[in-house]
Amino acid sequence: MHEMSLAEGVLQVIEDSAKINGFSRVKTVWLEIGELAGVEVEAMCFCFDAMVKGTLADGARLEVVATEGQGHCLTCGEIVHIRLRYDPCPLCGGHPVEPFGGLEMKVKELEVE
Amino acid sequence: MCTVCGCGEGETKIEGEAQAHTYVHAHAHEHASLLQGRPHAHAGRMVQVEQDILAKNNQYASANRSHFAEHGLFALNLVSSPGSGKTALLTRTIARLKGKTRIAVIEGDQQTSLDADRIRATGVSAVQINTGKGCHLDAQMVGHAVAKLALADDSLLLIENVGNLVCPAAFDLGEAHKVAILSVTEGEDKPLKYPDMFAAAEVMLLNKVDLLPYLNFNVPLCIEYARRINPYIRVILTSAVSDEGMAEWQEWLETGLKQAAARKANEMDALKRRVAELEAELKSVRGER
Repeated sequence: MHEMSLAEGVLQVIEDSAKINGFSRVKTVWLEIGELAGVEVEAMCFCFDAMVKGTLADGARLEVVATEGQGHCLTCGEIVHIRLRYDPCPLCGGHPVEPFGGLEMKVKELEVE
Repeated sequence: MCTVCGCGEGETKIEGEAQAHTYVHAHAHEHASLLQGRPHAHAGRMVQVEQDILAKNNQYASANRSHFAEHGLFALNLVSSPGSGKTALLTRTIARLKGKTRIAVIEGDQQTSLDADRIRATGVSAVQINTGKGCHLDAQMVGHAVAKLALADDSLLLIENVGNLVCPAAFDLGEAHKVAILSVTEGEDKPLKYPDMFAAAEVMLLNKVDLLPYLNFNVPLCIEYARRINPYIRVILTSAVSDEGMAEWQEWLETGLKQAAARKANEMDALKRRVAELEAELKSVRGER
């Protein structure tokens, strides 16, 4: 979804952090993107490269750490791993599975100079 | 679009007026001279951030939310694909509520003020936001639009998002609820194809039900799909043409309005009590002197 806006969001977080932590160049950006966050990682990297041209993150490497999609099956009550928000429960085949893990979209860490 | 960083400079327009650069990125080449001679970190320093990518939008959204709460405003974010009948449903809703409730509308579209014109024709105030190339409204745009509307307390604020079932799901505007509108001409599998939107919505209006006799649309299956994504979603079958379901929708809106007004009144009472307590305290302190 809307990866351009997300890439802009990443840049805003980086720029805010630059003001607080006093750095002028970013070499690597670690993102934490949940399996169920609906982010297309390839599109995100493409948009990020375009977005950061001429900024303090120009040429920065984007590293994406994926977190596992987790849900609570309302049919069998188990906590299960799901890859898509509307996947059925892998144990009992029931619906719905309420997601609670793998929804994050975070900037975790930066390598700066 | 800004050719240097790609941020949509000057694209967002509210009532035809260009908005200032919504967020100015510091371009390293412009600022290089400022950095000279300053102490700088060694290569490879690590900085822990742990910030949500949408943090900026979320800050604006929570400012909007506090503003709405303070003024007893019941704000709804109406989301759907283009052509679901949002604007027709809105004009019909306004016709039913006018005279009983103060209403204002924020219209989001890429281009034109056609929708705001349709709303204004009903006699309520409307502000048009044109997002240019943007595919969704964000909380900052809505904050600007709210300032333009000068809303009376305890009003209903209807925010009609850009017709798009994908992006608006992730952008909180500070609303009380998202309301997803799905028309029966679109296919019952939309909740499965665009799950984020239906997961985020409190209510799904299944619209244009007057057309059901001419279509192969399976209503129970559509509702089952929606509940697979969001077990708590409330579904109301509506038609702006036949008026079906409009009474139920109106009732839901009026309940929300009452709750928003009651919450504001409770907070006001609590504040008044606190002021009275402080005044009494001050009096006693003065009396002791």
